[in-house]
Amino acid sequence: MRFSRTSKALGVAAIIALAVTGCGGGGGSNTNSSAATDPNKVISAYSNEPQNPLLPANTNEVYGGRVVELLFEGLRAYDSDGKPVNALAESIETTDSQNWTIKVKSGSKFTNGEPVTAKTFVDSWNFAALSTNLQNNGFFFESIEGYADVSAVTETTSADGKKTSTPAPTAQTMSGLAATDDQTITVKLTQPEADWSLRLGYSAFYPLPSEALKDSKKFGENPIGNGPYKFEKEGAWVHDQSISLVKNPDYTGPRAAKNGGVTFKFYTDPGPAYTDLQADNLDITDVVPSNALKTYTTDFPDRNSTRPNANNATLNIPGYNPNFQGEAGKLRRQALSHAINREEITKVIFNGTRTPATEFTAPVLDGYNDAIPGSDVLKFDAAKAKDLWAQAEKIKPYDGSKPLLIASNTDGGNKEWIDAVANGFKNNLGIEAEIQPFAKFAEVLDLRKSQSLPGLTRAGWQGDYPSLYNFLGPVWATNASSNYEKYSNPEFDKLLKEGLAAKTPEDANAKFNKAQEVLFTDLPGLPLWYRATPIVWSNNVVSAETGWNGGIRYFDIEAK
Amino acid sequence: MVRFIFRRLLQVIPVFLGTTLLVYYMVFALPGDPIAALFGERQPPQSVIDALRAQYNLDQPFWVQYGLFIKNLFTFNLGVDFTQQPIADSLARAFPVTAMLAIEALIIQAVFGIAFGVFAGLKKGKLFDSTVLVVSLLVIAVPTFVLGFVFQLVFGVQLGWAKPTVGANADWGNLILPAIVLGLVSFAYVLRLTRASVSENMNADYVRTATAKGLSRPRVVIAHILRNSLIPVVTYLGANLGGLMGGAIVTEGIFNVPGVGNKLFQAIQRSEGPTIVAIVSVLVLVFVITNLLVDLLYAWLDPRIRYDQ
Repeated sequence: MRFSRTSKALGVAAIIALAVTGCGGGGGSNTNSSAATDPNKVISAYSNEPQNPLLPANTNEVYGGRVVELLFEGLRAYDSDGKPVNALAESIETTDSQNWTIKVKSGSKFTNGEPVTAKTFVDSWNFAALSTNLQNNGFFFESIEGYADVSAVTETTSADGKKTSTPAPTAQTMSGLAATDDQTITVKLTQPEADWSLRLGYSAFYPLPSEALKDSKKFGENPIGNGPYKFEKEGAWVHDQSISLVKNPDYTGPRAAKNGGVTFKFYTDPGPAYTDLQADNLDITDVVPSNALKTYTTDFPDRNSTRPNANNATLNIPGYNPNFQGEAGKLRRQALSHAINREEITKVIFNGTRTPATEFTAPVLDGYNDAIPGSDVLKFDAAKAKDLWAQAEKIKPYDGSKPLLIASNTDGGNKEWIDAVANGFKNNLGIEAEIQPFAKFAEVLDLRKSQSLPGLTRAGWQGDYPSLYNFLGPVWATNASSNYEKYSNPEFDKLLKEGLAAKTPEDANAKFNKAQEVLFTDLPGLPLWYRATPIVWSNNVVSAETGWNGGIRYFDIEAK
Repeated sequence: MVRFIFRRLLQVIPVFLGTTLLVYYMVFALPGDPIAALFGERQPPQSVIDALRAQYNLDQPFWVQYGLFIKNLFTFNLGVDFTQQPIADSLARAFPVTAMLAIEALIIQAVFGIAFGVFAGLKKGKLFDSTVLVVSLLVIAVPTFVLGFVFQLVFGVQLGWAKPTVGANADWGNLILPAIVLGLVSFAYVLRLTRASVSENMNADYVRTATAKGLSRPRVVIAHILRNSLIPVVTYLGANLGGLMGGAIVTEGIFNVPGVGNKLFQAIQRSEGPTIVAIVSVLVLVFVITNLLVDLLYAWLDPRIRYDQ
């Protein structure tokens, strides 16, 4: 999961900016988009300082992630619709979804000349999974047999009851992973997983040159990869300022660069980047400041795009809140859902950069179904909401001594929509509801982990790889890593497992959507909307677009 | 003189310990686990988080954390920030940029502020004086961020005279726009201070004497009126330089200047205790030194002031 928390701090200020920008773009109409493109032109892009050394298995935030994805090439890559295509993989085969044989293309090299073989992958994956290496994305290998041994930890409890876990692997390599020859990787999973190969395009699965395994921190400062781009030179990462990438001339995969290079310029706030774009001082950004959401299409006519991506928002209802327990609680959760006018909020507050949710995953994914039985509960229906609430009152009266709180960090501009949702609850259900604001995401997270938030919580999920399971398993399965509200339903778990064990992706998706029916009955969270990422570009760029996960496809940008 | 300087430098110790302790405690008291917050919705294995917490001593009680920090400080080891970069390196990158910006802003406000102030003070009540007063009032009344955005859009985007942001190219030329914005508010204060001081000293006995003994007008103004009027202005400028060095968070934010203000802002957002306190420690030193320089300047401006008693 790559998640961007940083947010506008000076946002308030820009009301003035808004007023003045109206006359800013003057006459900047796109004369002819067929203008000659320059395949060697270097473009500049909005970014910020990566949080970790640039190692694929350690980079789990958006600013480092975008660089790593351009520097490395994995077995597979995702096309612009999120469909995986083979990149370094010649073929990926399985008969039982549990034992996989991957043939690696021969002749591929890192930019330092080191060949990429089956063994390169095996070593890289073992490095990432070994708990003593403390890689953030180590858990991506959890399905492989032997992961439990390499990731083992020991827990110690100190005198004051604080638990600390320290890595204590019982093996150095995963037993289910082997390179049988230069071109063949065999993988044995602990259980059948039909969608396992979908994740092979994710950055955690990228190969690493042997240098990286020796001193990963040093390597991460000047990474050597095999992707469409490479570092312009040793030290191309100027901390707090920029990272300069240039085209890798030896790259032959599916993501060939259409421009000469990308220079990521660091901004601590998206506002100045937007201003730079208006002056053609920056070529592209994927963060339009919130105060410009109403104007970016007119500020950048013909130079903007807003494509939906695999990203959703939900309002989680913790099971420990007595108001939402039992039969009455179930009716109340449905009532809350009917009382949210998703259509209006996405239009008025988000200016169409969100679309109302129809289920628990995201529409760009293979297997997405907008008519899952039970999904009617997501339709705004004031009368039904009132009726359901009244029914619940008959079973068990609502404890309205305290207002229903909706917890969220407000540094990222969440207040507006939460107020709108709270008003929907007030007006349609007659209960008191209000935002429970936190200055920082960390505070909300702490309270979610310790299960001490009294009311609802804002949650969101961005897909790691394009699969329905990735939106369901880690979030709603019993004891899953991001299931902070501890929802648990054995029926749901069973359907997920059956989906994973299915022979074909179609069968798997059918099971996953069946599992969603369970979620619609239980409503542990209320799906709200899906996000689309608005991007804008300068007069130096001919066209650009975002991929399935909302990230800009930098290599596809044509410059002039 | 030497004793005076020594005594002033000794004062640094309690000030230093006091401020760092206070700031460190405030960061410590912030709710939320800053390490967990680095990862968003999807958390890495707990062992990774615990290892990071241990690396930053976050698993220790407050006094141990603070003690370790001070101990490391005296061995010139500031540690690493949450992006695993040595804090000393990032300070070494940020401070020169902010220093350039501060000096440029200081020159702008000192030169223009004193010049306009002297003219206004000499021609008190005349058209020039009233115009300057009204304009300076206006500058004081408009918040910095408004000036910043307006300058950025007018000169950066519409007229294209300067780059709208600074970014990686922080040099004297690129910093001129933020320096003007930063210097403007203090410019108005400097102007008003100089004006008041000049108009007061204009009627002083020594000025009349100087004029009477036949000195030229420029000589009277510069050597007698101005020099004697500068004490409050220098005091203000000195204190102001300390403030400017602290990084103008708003101005640096608007113009994306990779300086101390931006660094501090990011560190606060991430609850990065060590970085915040490291920056504050350096700032304390800057403040103390600039104030000391101001005190020494007094002696030059007014020989009656003596330091050793």
